[in-house]
Amino acid sequence: MDNYRSHVLICHGTGCTSSNSNKILDKFNEVLADKGLTNEIKVVKTGCFGLCAAGPIIVIYPEGTMYYRCTPEDVEELVNEHLINGKEVERLKVAGNNTSPKDFYSKQMRIALRNCGNINPEDINEYIANDGYQALGTILTEKRDPDAIIQELIDSGLRGRGGGGFPTGLKWKFASGNRGQGITKYVCCNADEGDPGAFMDRSILEGDPHSVIEAMAIAGYCIDAHQGYVYVRAEYPIAVERLQNAINQAKEMGLLGKNIFNSGFDFELDIRLGAGAFVCGEETALMRSIEGKRGNPTPRPPFPAVKGLFGKPTILNNVETYANIPVIINKGAKWFASLGTEKSKGTKVFALGGKVNNVGLLEIPMGTTVREIVFDIGGGIPNGKAFKAVQTGGPSGGCIPESLIDTPIDYDNLVAVGSMMGSGGMIVMDEDTCMVDIAKFFLEFTVDESCGKCAPCRIGTKRMYEILTRITDGTGTLDDLQALEDVAVALKNGSLCALGQTAANPILSTLKHFRDEYVEHVVDKKCRCGVCKGLLNYTIDKEKCVGCGMCAKGCPADAITRTDYIAPGKKLAAFEIDSSKCVKCGACMGTCKLKAISKQ
Amino acid sequence: MSIIKLTPEEQATKLEAVLSKYRGQGQKALMATLQQSQEIYGYLPLDVQKKVADALEVSVAEVYGVVSFYSFFSLKPKGENAFSVCLGTACYVKGSQALLDKIESSLGIKVGDCTEDLKFSISACRCVGACGLAPVVLVNDEVYGRLKPEDIPGIIAKYKEEA
Repeated sequence: MDNYRSHVLICHGTGCTSSNSNKILDKFNEVLADKGLTNEIKVVKTGCFGLCAAGPIIVIYPEGTMYYRCTPEDVEELVNEHLINGKEVERLKVAGNNTSPKDFYSKQMRIALRNCGNINPEDINEYIANDGYQALGTILTEKRDPDAIIQELIDSGLRGRGGGGFPTGLKWKFASGNRGQGITKYVCCNADEGDPGAFMDRSILEGDPHSVIEAMAIAGYCIDAHQGYVYVRAEYPIAVERLQNAINQAKEMGLLGKNIFNSGFDFELDIRLGAGAFVCGEETALMRSIEGKRGNPTPRPPFPAVKGLFGKPTILNNVETYANIPVIINKGAKWFASLGTEKSKGTKVFALGGKVNNVGLLEIPMGTTVREIVFDIGGGIPNGKAFKAVQTGGPSGGCIPESLIDTPIDYDNLVAVGSMMGSGGMIVMDEDTCMVDIAKFFLEFTVDESCGKCAPCRIGTKRMYEILTRITDGTGTLDDLQALEDVAVALKNGSLCALGQTAANPILSTLKHFRDEYVEHVVDKKCRCGVCKGLLNYTIDKEKCVGCGMCAKGCPADAITRTDYIAPGKKLAAFEIDSSKCVKCGACMGTCKLKAISKQ
Repeated sequence: MSIIKLTPEEQATKLEAVLSKYRGQGQKALMATLQQSQEIYGYLPLDVQKKVADALEVSVAEVYGVVSFYSFFSLKPKGENAFSVCLGTACYVKGSQALLDKIESSLGIKVGDCTEDLKFSISACRCVGACGLAPVVLVNDEVYGRLKPEDIPGIIAKYKEEA
């Protein structure tokens, strides 16, 4: 192996790639080649460093200096100053936008993300050098008792990271019966990360695909399955490409395929692409989709452990869950169980987004409070705005208001406050976010994504969406609030799968914590955030208006006409807006140089 | 995804190659066959669905059922320049609805539609995962991040020039 004096790590997650990190990499290679430094300095593409808000990020080792918001134009300077003259480029060490990298990392603990940003995901040797395939190797060469491994997982307290939080070890145990009898079984990985605003699983697949492959092979050994499928969103091209590359490399090295580690154990792994259906994150729907059918859920029982993919016993875990498993095997159940809270062990990865300074990917020990995440790790709210709520669990979750901001995060606490862990999307909302509109946003999503198989979900979500539309249009009544709650109960009790059972959560939690906003919309016909267009009124201050007519020209609805009132000191008559014609597009406000137009 | 410009003959040859790979494999190969067929045509017209059904030996109804179920499959052609506005939660709270409204009014078509000259189409998508750049709009494979509605006309003009 060659020795390099410096390593330049460049983030190649989707976020940074979207802002040209691949061009930065090319430029580095070009400049280093020009200067004859390719034998001394190695450029490495890595997975996500986490602080996406400050991307594209470059880290230069051995110093470990992080550079933010880099462009291809900065490369020459980085090479000349940092790599040749040994002087750090101070101007690129500022993350900008009040983003504070130090706070971002200090409270985190990286287990599932241990290799993300540290290794080249396209090189299996780098994973192996970081204890990769050690767990699988030990298990297979020592021919460990599968039941003992499953017991270890149960003892570790690892629960499914995809939403429900079911103990992973138990799931494996249920599928582990009748080993050695030639029964076909399957191991599946749910990488159909559909929650809008969540990108934990994608980042793991992009940054450390081998951790998932290794864990799936371990699962195969434990339940005596020889075929695995990773069901991944087609919308994640980079993740798909890196995973396929990782599978190929593992096969070449004999870490997948026939007779792994010369143990006689065979395990094949294939990718199946999803096609953009949120319901396919539900386990039975996902398996129907792998079978090539419409992704309609089926009733449980029978559970997948008994009758899953192609009618065979199947275990299904999500990406983050798998990523934890090799570490648990290596370090032991006791170590893992010592982290986190009483009923939620270990760490959880969150994708922090929305109105927060440090947008990005973070991993915290269970029990960290919402306040610590938003204000310490997240760096608070931009532009000095006030915090309003945090939304977790996506369309199945709810909002956590300021009064509950000190809630320690674990599975049970989140359910107790009316939200849920979900897969780990965490969206911060500030004073400008209308909670009724957010509830409507999520309902629109579930109406769209409901598979339509069962009536409570198909009809219930639609009716709730219609009620919310009335409320945001200003025609809602107080009875509507009651109706929302009634339908929500029916939906919860009557739906076939988790999509419908949890679809009302965004409404119930906002109704509970932000009822005053609903009442304002209904009674006062007012949206305090100015978001709900139906409740907005645009007016022209006739005293300020000089009668230039720019607003009337820009109005697509011809709702603005000249009056005969001339304000003192002005030469032309003022304009006014006919609110019955106004479509509330806000175009007029943009055209008025005197800021005479306001919305209420 | 930008439309791949192929002649009808080239499309037919490529489709035949995909179909022969999966011929007779039944329903379990349906998703992959449809995904690869859509790559060739940019969408899944009915006659392509019929050919897929014949090759895999499943009914056209099954094929149509799957195509209409998944949002990734499209029954309508996409424009040469496909605008896709992220309406994931992170982008939504940062104002992506206003971006969508602006694109709709600027192009004079609604989300899900295509201009008559097939130059532009608009769709909404759920989270492309570039939440650090929110709000985000994709044009073909190009990602535009941290946008404001006033940035939209400039972006559209850029593609109009090219078109």
